[in-house]
Formats: sequence, structure tokens, C-alpha cells
Amino acid sequence: MIGRPNPLAVALAVLAALLMLVPLLWVVLLSLKSNAALLADSNSAFHAPYTLENYAGIFGNGQVFRWIANSLIVSLGMTAGVLILSSLAGYGFARLEFPYRRLLFVIVLLGLAVPEQAVIIARHRLFSAAELHNSYTALILPGLSAPFGVFLMTQYFRGIPRDIDEAALLDNASRLRIFWRVLLPLTFPAQATLGIFTFLSAWNDYWWPLISATNKDMFTLTVGIASTQMNFAQTEGLGFLMAQAVFAGLPILVVYLFFQKYIVRAVAGAAGQ
Amino acid sequence: MATAFDEPTAPLPVTPPRKRREGSWRHALFVLPYLIVFAAMLAVPLGMGLWLSLVKGDLFGIDRFVGLANFARLLRDPVFLQTVANTFYFVLLTVPALTLFGLLLALALNHQKRWAAVLRTIFFCSTVLSVTVVTLVWRLVFLPDAGLVGVIARALGRTPVAALNDETLAMPAIAVTTIWWCIGLPMVLFLAALQQVPRELYEAAALDNATRWRMLTRITLPAIRRTFLLVVIIEVILQFQLFGQAQLMTLGGPNNATRSIVLFIYEAGWRQWQLGYAAAAAQILFAMILVAAMAQYLVASRREESR
Repeated sequence: MIGRPNPLAVALAVLAALLMLVPLLWVVLLSLKSNAALLADSNSAFHAPYTLENYAGIFGNGQVFRWIANSLIVSLGMTAGVLILSSLAGYGFARLEFPYRRLLFVIVLLGLAVPEQAVIIARHRLFSAAELHNSYTALILPGLSAPFGVFLMTQYFRGIPRDIDEAALLDNASRLRIFWRVLLPLTFPAQATLGIFTFLSAWNDYWWPLISATNKDMFTLTVGIASTQMNFAQTEGLGFLMAQAVFAGLPILVVYLFFQKYIVRAVAGAAGQ
Repeated sequence: MATAFDEPTAPLPVTPPRKRREGSWRHALFVLPYLIVFAAMLAVPLGMGLWLSLVKGDLFGIDRFVGLANFARLLRDPVFLQTVANTFYFVLLTVPALTLFGLLLALALNHQKRWAAVLRTIFFCSTVLSVTVVTLVWRLVFLPDAGLVGVIARALGRTPVAALNDETLAMPAIAVTTIWWCIGLPMVLFLAALQQVPRELYEAAALDNATRWRMLTRITLPAIRRTFLLVVIIEVILQFQLFGQAQLMTLGGPNNATRSIVLFIYEAGWRQWQLGYAAAAAQILFAMILVAAMAQYLVASRREESR
């Protein structure tokens, strides 16, 4: 909207932003308290002494790093896979003619409406039958079937002027070469959007890793944090739990601060389709 | 191949000319890798899920075909019916609030100023966190003694309540957590829509000495009403799938008050190993989401036409 901002609206927005931040600051504060101090006095978060012992506890426990490594492998693997498959398929659907092309594309689009719940039980059985649970293959493969990437890349390839490939065809370049050398570099914005969206969804995915990775060593970070959260009842570990929450949340928040523009565009773009 | 270039290049058709059909099966190789994954990970499991919903099965395998018995049992299962009611209640608690707050934030922060950018960053930051971090944070906030809510309640001279252990307060507490987690998406969707409203409209209105309120109700809101509808539908679909928050914060309790449909599916499938029963519940959820998704498609395609 044009015009000067309404002071009342700004004040309310600032207040809401503070409310937004309070839970996060609270957790950071508690993560800096020793468990003994927290148990002795529930208001102790507001005054010294503060300590880093909870964070030292995380570094002393290699498990969390294992989970982070798993999350990285799974998220990067899924991102690479989705980008490759979607780019190839997007080019094929947008530019090439082959039998049943329209029908196949419609079927893929229909897949957009299928929620995870409708397929997850059967997927779990399939991977059980193949004895593939507790492997990176099992954690990555289902994510590669999401039709959103194909839809996005097809739209993007369609938007590239056809003169560009026609000129390359004149030079007798093969289809694969045109795809790889001429068109793919032009799709960078779409690749960035799709890549960020895929990485973020994979990093934060919960249900599938929860049922597929049952071995502690194959947990992703989300599942690992959930498993330690289960013994929440014993308050002795409260400070340690909070340190874990900070430790798990901080990297993605830092990444967000740096790539904010792309992340917002990717998330909004995915929802708007 | 050269014949393709004899055609005028200016108005480009969506489909390539028929002349290039040679080697057309080979062209399908580009889409084949994806189609294989699509078939194995989506199409086949979808069909298998339908089949599973018609059988009685457990950890060790399929027992026998039972037809629609699973569905009939679901409709008589008071726990399942309660999860349906709980899920609708949760959607009712979250979707209007998310839509309204998202719209208000977008209206307040649609300025090209540094402070507006900072506030937008803050409101979107929770969206990038995983459900496990979000629930960990909020379980701590809701702790009656050491929690933030407890500290505030005592400061106000009240006795703190353990909201997550309270039958009537547990679902609202999960709703608050969810609104905090998800507010970023509706906000950015509304912001994107606001930026599409032609500036000239406001300039013309300003010339007519229109008030701020008039501009909002006569120009802004009518211009973004399709986005409004889209946000509502997207959020209904998202919040219908409540799972992680309920599983991690309350385990569906107390007394099933926060058990959602998805949590029911998870527990039937992986706690009690009643695969057919879980699959049947999943089909019911699927049907509900499909209705919402079709509404989304209709709204989205109408928007395309009006451009």
C-alpha cells in the first residue's frame, strides 16, 4: 500500500514480533542454566550464574553429530536427486514429443493431490519387503517421487523461448546436449527455488524417517531430537534438552538469515501451485 | 530436421510441430527416470494402500480380504470419530487465526523500509524450524513450574496450569504452538498478492481524498480475495494433517483430547500393527484432503483466467 505506515499498526506489529521471539529467547536462556539451578528455583533463568555445561554435554555426546551428518546426507541426496529427475522430466514434458506425453503429464499432476498419509503404509511395507529400512536409500528414495519439481521445471522450460533450442538444433547439437549445455543453465532460478524447498522439506521431514529409521545410528536430526524429547518427564535433563533445541534450530536459522529471499520465494512458490 | 526451421518462429505453439516426431520413443528417455520413481514410490503405494484398506493385515502379513469391513468398523469406532472431531476442531482453531493474522501482518509490513524487512524476517523465521524443535520449545513454554507460562502466571499472582495435561486446554495450546510455527506462510502469500495490486488505483483514490479505510475495503481487499481463498484452502489442507505436534507434545492425550486423524493412522499402523485398519483411515483422510485440493485447483485456475 502507498502512503506512510500507520503508527498504531507498526506498534502492534513490533509487539507481535516480540511475542514471536520470546519463546526462542526463553529457550536460549534456559539452555545456559545448570540443571541443578533450574530445579532449585524456577525463576533462576533470569539471573546469573549462567553456564555452558549443557552445550559441552552435546559436544561430549557424538550421537547428535551423527544425526546431523545423516540429515545432511539425506537432505543433500534428496535435493540432488529431485533436481536431476525434475530437470530431465521437465525438459522432456515441455519440449519433446513422445507417445502418451499429455496423458503421462496429467497423471503426474494428479500425483500432486496425493498426501503422504495415503501412501506411507504401503511404502513402509515395500521397503520392509526389500529389507531396505535403516538405510540412506530408504530415507531418500520416497522424496524423489514428489511431482512438484516436475511440474515446476516443466512450467519453467515452457517459458524459455523456443528460438534458443532451434538455433542449437541448426548446429546439429543432440537433444541431450541442448538440454545440458544450452537450456539447463537458463533454469538456474527455478533450480534454486526447487533445491531450497526440497532441502528444507527433507531436513524437517519427520514422519517417514520416524518409521523407516528405527536404528539410533540412522536417525535424522528431527527424529533424534524427538527421541530424546520422549524422556521429557524427568526434568533433570531440561537444560540439556534446551541446549539441544538451540543446537538443532540454530544452523537452519542462520542459513535462513543468509538465504532469506530465496527461501521465502521457494516456500511461497511451492504453496501457491 | 531442417524442415522445422522453415516454419515461422514468431508465435510459438505450446506443442512442437508434428514433423519432429522421429525418434519419439527415444525422447521419452528424458522422463523415464522420474516416471520409474513416480510409479514405484507413489502410484504403486497408492494402489497398494487402497488394497490394504480392504484387507485384515498385521505385522506378519495379509490375513484375508474383508471388503469394506475396515471402513464399517472405523465409523463405529468412538476413538476414530473423536479424532475426526478433534481434527476439525484444530482446523477451526488454527486456520481462521492464521489467515487473519497473516493478512494483518502483510498489511502492516508491506513497506519498503528496513524495519518492515526485519519484522518480516522475524515472523517467517519459525517456519524454517522442524516440528521437533518447535514442540521442544513450546513444551518448555507450557511447563507449569519452570515454564514461561508458569513464570508469567506466578508474576500475575495466579496458580499456573499444566495446559498440555488439561483436557480443554491441550488442543488450544497445540493450536497456539502451530500458529506460532506456521504464521510465516500466509503472511508471505498475502504480501506477494499485495504487491500485485496496481499502484495507480491508490494514486487515483488519493486524488479523490479517499480515506485509508476506504482504500483498504474498496481496493486492497477486493484485489486480493482470490489469494484469501487460496490461503484458507492451503492452510486447511496443511492443518488437516496435524501429526508431529500432537504426537510430541501430548501423545494424543489427555484422554484422546488431542488425538488427530494422522496420529490415529500412525498408532493403528505402527503401534498396534493393524495395517488394513490404518490404511482405511488413511483413505478417509485422503478423500477429505482431495475435496480441499480440488477446491484449491478450481480457485487457482479461475485466477489464471482472470489475468
